[in-house]
Amino acid sequence: MIIATTLLTSCVKLLLIPAYKSTDFEVHRNWLAITHSLPIEKWYYEDTSEWTLDYPPLFAWFEYVLSHFATYFDKGMLKIENINYDSDMTILFQRLSVILTDFLYIYGVHRVCNALPKGWNREMVLPVLLITNCGLIMVDHIHFQYNGIMYGILLISISDILNGQHKWSAFWFTILLNMKHIYLYLAPAYFIYLLRHYCLNKTLSFQSLFSQKLVKNLCELGAIVLGVFTASFLPFIYHIPQVLTRLFPFKRGLSHAYWAPNFWALYNTIDKGLSILNPKNISNNRASMTGGLVKEYSHAVLPTISPIITISLTIALTLPPMIKLFILNKEPYDFLRCLVLSGLTSFLFGWHVHEKAILMVIIPLCILSVLNQKDAKIFLILSTLGHYSLFPLLYPASLTFVKVLVLLLYACYAFYSLQKIHQVNKSNCSYTLPLLHFIETVYLLGLVAVFLYENLIHKLLGFEKKFPFLPLMFTSFYCSLGVIYCWAKYYLYFLKK
Amino acid sequence: MLMYCKISSEIWLVFFGTLVAILLRCCTMLHSYSGQGTPPMYGDYEAQRHWMEITTNLPIREWYQNSSNNNLEYWGLDYPPLTAYHMFICGKIAGFINANFTDLYQSRGHESESHKLFMRTTVLLGDLVFYIPAVILYYYFCVRLEKKREDSATMRTRKKSKKSVLDLKIFEPSLSVVLGLLYPGIILIDHGHFQYNSISLGLFIYAVIAILYKRHIVATVLFCLALNYKQMELYHSLPFFFYLLSTCVPKPGQTTLSGLVSLIKIGLTVLITFTIIWLPWVFDPNNFLQVLHRQFPLARGVFEDKVSNVWCSLNVLFKFKTVFNNHQMMRVCLFSTLSAILPSNVDLFLRPSRKKFVLALINTSLAFFLFSYQVHEKSILLVAVPVLLYFPYAPFACFWFLFVSVFSMTPLIVKDRLIIAFVALVTFYIVSFRISIEHSFKNTFNSNEGLLEYYRRLGVLLFNIELSKKYKFSTMLMLIYNKMLQNRHALYALMLHVTIIVSLFNCIILFCMSLVWQPPKRYPDLFPLIISAYSCMHFVGFFIYFNVRQLSLPQEFEDIRNVKVKSS
Repeated sequence: MIIATTLLTSCVKLLLIPAYKSTDFEVHRNWLAITHSLPIEKWYYEDTSEWTLDYPPLFAWFEYVLSHFATYFDKGMLKIENINYDSDMTILFQRLSVILTDFLYIYGVHRVCNALPKGWNREMVLPVLLITNCGLIMVDHIHFQYNGIMYGILLISISDILNGQHKWSAFWFTILLNMKHIYLYLAPAYFIYLLRHYCLNKTLSFQSLFSQKLVKNLCELGAIVLGVFTASFLPFIYHIPQVLTRLFPFKRGLSHAYWAPNFWALYNTIDKGLSILNPKNISNNRASMTGGLVKEYSHAVLPTISPIITISLTIALTLPPMIKLFILNKEPYDFLRCLVLSGLTSFLFGWHVHEKAILMVIIPLCILSVLNQKDAKIFLILSTLGHYSLFPLLYPASLTFVKVLVLLLYACYAFYSLQKIHQVNKSNCSYTLPLLHFIETVYLLGLVAVFLYENLIHKLLGFEKKFPFLPLMFTSFYCSLGVIYCWAKYYLYFLKK
Repeated sequence: MLMYCKISSEIWLVFFGTLVAILLRCCTMLHSYSGQGTPPMYGDYEAQRHWMEITTNLPIREWYQNSSNNNLEYWGLDYPPLTAYHMFICGKIAGFINANFTDLYQSRGHESESHKLFMRTTVLLGDLVFYIPAVILYYYFCVRLEKKREDSATMRTRKKSKKSVLDLKIFEPSLSVVLGLLYPGIILIDHGHFQYNSISLGLFIYAVIAILYKRHIVATVLFCLALNYKQMELYHSLPFFFYLLSTCVPKPGQTTLSGLVSLIKIGLTVLITFTIIWLPWVFDPNNFLQVLHRQFPLARGVFEDKVSNVWCSLNVLFKFKTVFNNHQMMRVCLFSTLSAILPSNVDLFLRPSRKKFVLALINTSLAFFLFSYQVHEKSILLVAVPVLLYFPYAPFACFWFLFVSVFSMTPLIVKDRLIIAFVALVTFYIVSFRISIEHSFKNTFNSNEGLLEYYRRLGVLLFNIELSKKYKFSTMLMLIYNKMLQNRHALYALMLHVTIIVSLFNCIILFCMSLVWQPPKRYPDLFPLIISAYSCMHFVGFFIYFNVRQLSLPQEFEDIRNVKVKSS
């Protein structure tokens, strides 16, 4: 099943080669050029193009390896001066590199499926749900990024946890952190789980804090983590401050250009609403209507949010599930739930969150969804919403059909297969989507209305010039409601367990 | 949503399959079209756009006339009126969206992202309205009924006859739907290269459904519509003609008059449909002849580019163009085509049956493709669609044909820069065929392994002899030979599978070679020629195979029997 699904999905990915690509394509091409033509010391200083290298060293190494294959396709893409270079061969090479590195993701899926208890859900449903994940297709194969390989490493690490191979899991997760630092959001769950269930004894007692096991295992894990970090950062040892400023740019705004559907989207919308209702209160003229589209954004009525607030809010809200994980008995699925929660919390309250980060939640949740009905329910709502909220990334009209169909197929298959696994009571399924309430059903189907408004009604009403930002704002507002609902529901579910 | 639990998994399969097929079409839409960015003539895409320009800007009588406003040298309208009407409607919509799309003169060679999207959407709409529902309806209403009938028949006769372990029933209709919609040929030509084949082929499938349901008048109207959308549908016209004619022959218990009445009914239907469609030209003889003349451009020569038909392949050995002039060549073509279509059509007329009808369609269109005058490589689609309809009855042979039919179009695909789409779609098709075969074998054998189990059973039938050490090698060979003679059908099945695999590998090797190798300068067309000769060889083989299959089918006596029951 895995092989067939992989082949079929790869064919679709191949078909998407000539599709629209975002500036991320140029970003990665530029990194290929930087790593290929400059000495290591200059990698993090180069700024000919505005898309400077801002991923951790291992990813730079990854680009370095890729650039050697690139020479066989087109040498033009490896020149730093060639800004916005996209010959046919360059496109082919870059797209193929994403499609081929996705095989690590497939391997991860294979590992995770083998780590689960036997049953047709792990053989038939989970591989399809993971491999055909429409978010990954949209972000990696149309928008252009290398998330497939990252999630592959994440899945390998998760499968090691499921199998009880804690040291390997720590190793892979550290590698992942050194590829893309956004996965720091998931680190608390790893830290707590490994500390509690690998380093400490089964029963917590005061003595266990001084046991030999704790010291030995902590040292082991520490050595693994530090070893990987050293290996990745050692070549840049004299330039670490420069690398860190590139990695953590706090100068960007609270929300990304298009608001990711999180708490701040809701906050921004309320602010906007209040400022329209009560125009006298506007103390700051900069909060104009187009404010949603520029990077710097200051609120008109509500207090402006600073990075410190978002960080402290995120930490405060991540703590309770972590404590719960610490107290709970050893069960790897609870670790996964905690992973989902820490990812979702930081997605909701983090600073400058990208809408793509929702995949960090959807993919681990997908594994749980085939095992437990409650997880399945949250997965269905969250995956539909999360993938829908990726639509604005693919704005060209030529992609409308593709993105709608991909989402429709994925959502239909998810509902169909999960409904089969969890055998919903057949008598009362007539007016709702499987596994959902009436209100949740109405909410999800409301997405159709949102889509129609965004693509059709808005233009017909002639609002295009008056309120250009309205469809996007409305989309992220609508989706953020659902995401917050899912978060609250899942949060309570985990804490009550 | 409402009743999702009551829908069977079969319908879900069709639903997902259809969505995937539409997704593949939408993805292919992103690729380049024929003649993209190649002035001054561009390609079929510009032809269709130009027709939108002509039909919306000129009065209806001038559409087919050469005039200062309508230079027929530049993609003059050469399709029947229904296409012209369709282009008129599309052109009106295009003009509404952006007047630059159809501006007379100014819009020649117009290319833009939004225009591409518009054109692609019109093809997708045609496909969604005509081809896709037609395929689903055909398998659902025609094949499934037959499968049910067959299943109940085997239930009844199970006790009497020993069932062979290999007996394949009719292929699962829901899987056939999916495979039919995933067929790469139509996707590549319509959504990649750019044409509106799905409309005429869809109408044609509707006509076939009507025939199988014995709605002869409806079938006639639908087929006339298909024919008036694209004159290439003439390839299919003879089986329709002979089948309908055979229904007018009075059966036992019917009077001659009733046969005559039904003949007149059908004739009148054809006349009326044609008159309505040709109304603007009917009363003006000159103009009428001009319209007709536009559709059959005889001056163009026996083939263009490289086509996998007999003439193009034989041309390697024997240069026809130097020996015969165009007129003589035409006569040669006419004669050979007629003799090739004769057996299947005479058989259809004399011993009609509905099962034969689809086979006769394959045979006639294939004969036209192989032997007739002025054949395009795209015309193989006209053969591929009846083969698709026959798919459930002989899945392996049909799959083989369909694969070769797509392969025969590779020169065109390379020219249109659709190689990536081609590779992706064909791989998708092969993999999904493999999955469905696996699934269907698993069902019939009730085992965990599909194709492997099938080969195991073949092996048992052919090679399983009671081995003992006493036998000499030669006796063992004799025993195996005997066994093979007894189970000839198993031997044929095995041979079929081996040849299919070998032939597919050859195709793949040829395709890769044509991409990698630069042909020698003396023969720039080396690979297209090899490809078309190789496919032509297959097509001739298939022509014989399908003819044998048709001629070996018995007549259908159902109607006559029913009549007798009534009269007695």
